[in-house]
Amino acid sequence: MKRSFLLYFIITITGLLLIARLFQLQVIRGSDHNPIQNAAVKVEYTYPERGYIYDRNGILLVANQLSYDVMVVPKEVTALDTLEFCSLLKINKEAFKKRFQKAKNYAPWLPSVFLKQLAKDDFAFLQEKLHKFKGFYIQKRSIRNYPIASAANVLGYISEVNESETRNNSNYQQGELIGTRGVEKQYDSILRGVKGKKYLHRDRLNKVIGSYKDGIYDTLAINGQDIALTIDSKLQQYGELLMQGKRGGIVALEPSSGEILALISAPTYNPNRMTGRQRAANSVQLFDDTQNKPMFDRGLQAIYSPGSPFKIINALIGLQEGVINTKDHFLCYKGFRYGNRKNEFMGCHCGTFGTPIRLQTAITKSCNTYFSNAYIKIINNYSSPSKGMDAWSQHIKSFGLGNFLGYDLPSGKKGLIPNGKYYDNRNRYRWGPTTNISNAIGQGEILTTPIQLANVTAAIANKGFFYTPHILKKTNKKLVNNPDFTIPKQTTIDSVHFAPIIEAMHRVFKKGGTGQYSQVKKIEIAGKTGTVENFTKIDGVRVQQKDHSILIAFAPKDNPKIAIAVFVENGGYGSTIATPIASLLIEKYLHKKVLRKSEEKRMINLSLKSIYDQQIQQPIKGN
Amino acid sequence: MRVEKNNIFEGVDWLLVLLYVLLVGFGWINIYATSITDTSTDFFDLSTRYDKQLFWILLSIPLIIGILFFNSKYYEKFSSILYLISIASLAGVFILGKNINGAMSWYSFGGISLQPSEFAKAFTALAVAKLLSDRQYNLGLIKNQIKVFIIIFLPAILITLQPDPGSALIYLAFFFVLNREGLTLNYIILGVITIALFILTLLFGPSTVTLISFVIITLFVYFFAKKDSTYLRFQWYKVLSIYLTVGLFIFSTNYVYNTVFEQHHRDRFDVLLGKSIDTKKIGYNTNQSIQAISSGGFSGKGFLQGDRTQGKFVPEQDTDYIFSAVGEEWGFLGSATVIILFMLLLYRIIYLAETHTNKFGRIYGYGVASIFFFHIVINIGMVMQLLPTVGIPLPFFSYGGSSLWGFTLLLFIFIRLDAHKSYDW
Repeated sequence: MKRSFLLYFIITITGLLLIARLFQLQVIRGSDHNPIQNAAVKVEYTYPERGYIYDRNGILLVANQLSYDVMVVPKEVTALDTLEFCSLLKINKEAFKKRFQKAKNYAPWLPSVFLKQLAKDDFAFLQEKLHKFKGFYIQKRSIRNYPIASAANVLGYISEVNESETRNNSNYQQGELIGTRGVEKQYDSILRGVKGKKYLHRDRLNKVIGSYKDGIYDTLAINGQDIALTIDSKLQQYGELLMQGKRGGIVALEPSSGEILALISAPTYNPNRMTGRQRAANSVQLFDDTQNKPMFDRGLQAIYSPGSPFKIINALIGLQEGVINTKDHFLCYKGFRYGNRKNEFMGCHCGTFGTPIRLQTAITKSCNTYFSNAYIKIINNYSSPSKGMDAWSQHIKSFGLGNFLGYDLPSGKKGLIPNGKYYDNRNRYRWGPTTNISNAIGQGEILTTPIQLANVTAAIANKGFFYTPHILKKTNKKLVNNPDFTIPKQTTIDSVHFAPIIEAMHRVFKKGGTGQYSQVKKIEIAGKTGTVENFTKIDGVRVQQKDHSILIAFAPKDNPKIAIAVFVENGGYGSTIATPIASLLIEKYLHKKVLRKSEEKRMINLSLKSIYDQQIQQPIKGN
Repeated sequence: MRVEKNNIFEGVDWLLVLLYVLLVGFGWINIYATSITDTSTDFFDLSTRYDKQLFWILLSIPLIIGILFFNSKYYEKFSSILYLISIASLAGVFILGKNINGAMSWYSFGGISLQPSEFAKAFTALAVAKLLSDRQYNLGLIKNQIKVFIIIFLPAILITLQPDPGSALIYLAFFFVLNREGLTLNYIILGVITIALFILTLLFGPSTVTLISFVIITLFVYFFAKKDSTYLRFQWYKVLSIYLTVGLFIFSTNYVYNTVFEQHHRDRFDVLLGKSIDTKKIGYNTNQSIQAISSGGFSGKGFLQGDRTQGKFVPEQDTDYIFSAVGEEWGFLGSATVIILFMLLLYRIIYLAETHTNKFGRIYGYGVASIFFFHIVINIGMVMQLLPTVGIPLPFFSYGGSSLWGFTLLLFIFIRLDAHKSYDW
């Protein structure tokens, strides 16, 4: 072996090793180097205008307005006339010192917000004088503005993005505004637009040393798209007016499309309170109101027992299962005895005694005895109560109850529809339909939200199918076609069974029915009232409260245009509050104006405040 | 015998000169990229680093002509004196030198600083060549080995004391020369085993490494004993002492590491071995360098387009970390080309050295190649986080007059000797 070979060999090996390392660094690892995600590049943003929100008829609901922030770069500030400056900004000297120190603590050489969201008049005045104060300047910012103070919980609001969101969502940097609730949150990606980016080159001391690559990567801001909601803002406002002084939720749907016409939660708040300079103070006030809970969307989130309207579903299941029909009757003796003990008796207010009562009459009179018997027949139709409950629960769930409906709003509740397993786990001993007989009349374990019940109403109006409720109608003036919302969902009930039920619901609003006093001229309403027992805990003791007033209805009977569910907390009988409110809303929507002025006035002025004041508690069951 | 002509360029190997020009030229382009600022607009401004380097490059032309002017016989004749002068200048630095960055490595005259250690390499190579080329000299003898070790390590020790241990490390390169001239490979093998054991112990702890190395030694012993049945009977003391030495070495590693090494040495090892992940303090340089190189990608960002280089993110980028600028602005293509150019330079020097009939020229050539090789591998290895941080320049690339002149001297003395080889016999 030649002696020179060793050095040749080592040079070759190490040379190849170095090249291999280069290859690893530059070709393998280098390919995922984004040229502009780099310590040497600083990004500056230009902000797009957020999209406007309109109602279904093109009425503007949410717009933008400019606001002006006073910014400060502490290091650039020279001696100034503090007194004059404070009077310009309308702050006192202590506040000035505090804010200035805060900015200085953040970073002396970087801009920080000195005073947020200046009023427009103050701005005009300040602008003239600002040149005297070095280191201060004004930054424009776009904030939301609500021309109609309505539908606050539906629209939601925008707020500063939090830290975890900035980590997961590359569209936002700290300090920027993101849709936080309601439609603003749901359709944030449409509304927000695209930020413009300006890439600047900086050195290791963070000093900008020019535009990066002469701006070839720079982009312009693209404004957000406008959207139109399915909400009818006139109906929405009218509903909010009727609900003042009361608590509850109203949901109105268009059965032929599933569009949400109105989504009312009471009490509500003025959406303009969640923008502007007073936003922080207002938001604390609104969120801290644990009595009225104005930020709680009762239309979507409140879960109530559905009460008597649930008898409609039980009737449909009975017909579908073939255990009842329109001709057979049960006898009612002012109630139904489901056990031998003294308290095992369910009262009934249908007003008949011992005379045969048939299906349609039972619905019109809301007879508890009839539906208890029907319920027992449904469950006993199967080999075991557990299987019977499963079949029963399957039918109900096909109406969209017991689970999230799938609508396009970010909040909601599942509610509860028990099945066989639920009671197997709950009861240590043998159980049967009489164990949970309350389910027959929509009490007991069953829980639903107003929008779920409105959806059930739409399914009845459509005779067996429904479209998932949704709120987005148009994006950028083009109709949205989302298959989730345009393909009908079938219930397990055949359409033939609906006709007698609808006929009976129609009679509810005729003479002798529970809704007879809320008839509207020239509108054929079909509906069902409900009066729901409810309890609340006061100092750890379960106390019965005044009943919730409930109604489901749709109209016109033959070509339904609107399906509605009304829940009024502690409103008493279904016929006293929920029914007049629903009939007024239907009249408003179908006739565009309300002729029953005295009824309207009575409802607007009716306040349940004295009842609510008695409950010093967490109000609704299940929150 | 042919008659020498008076043309100083006769016999010069133009390929080496071409490689030299390419490397120095490309090196300057990168120094320009790392040190350009928007403020200086003058045509030739010595306050900027790139113009200063250009000045040094231009000054190396008279240096080259001077080197080529002397007959190669003089280099052989005066090698001992040149060596003594360089030793004296290394020693003198402690009295007359200037402290820069905590090391007494520099002479300063007016505005110009010179680093004698950059020149000492060439003269040590000459002295080694002179000693080994003596016909009476036999490297097999321990006495002679000690002689050459003294020549090599005397400047290395002086440089270590400055302290500049990185530059002293280069003198290990002479082992290649000695090996070429007949020194047994055992020294290199021993050195490699020592370093390997050291690093493995730091990584995996003494007990694991002891276990594994004892297993390996036992396998060797078994192999020998099988071949020669008397092996264990006569050599048992050797076997035992190997076990003992290895064991002791491994268990003393942590002690040496923690007491003899200084904190910054330990930090560098820890970063390299991945024992501490640190991109802010001690690992900052290396991390920035890796980022810059890998962001260059396959074809690089282009001249003056490297935003990490232009933003001056890599500290010391115009001196020891110059290769990261090549990596970022010229990419894989450019940096691999540089490595290949260096390899060609080394191949050419060794090839030419082997054609010398005169032992002196050949040994010196080997010295030159080995020194270049060490510089290149240690520097580029460090910049790409293959080796711990050792502050030595990349030949012809790193900013600095002394290092440029030192390497020019080293290379052109060889070219001078090589040009003369046809007159040797």
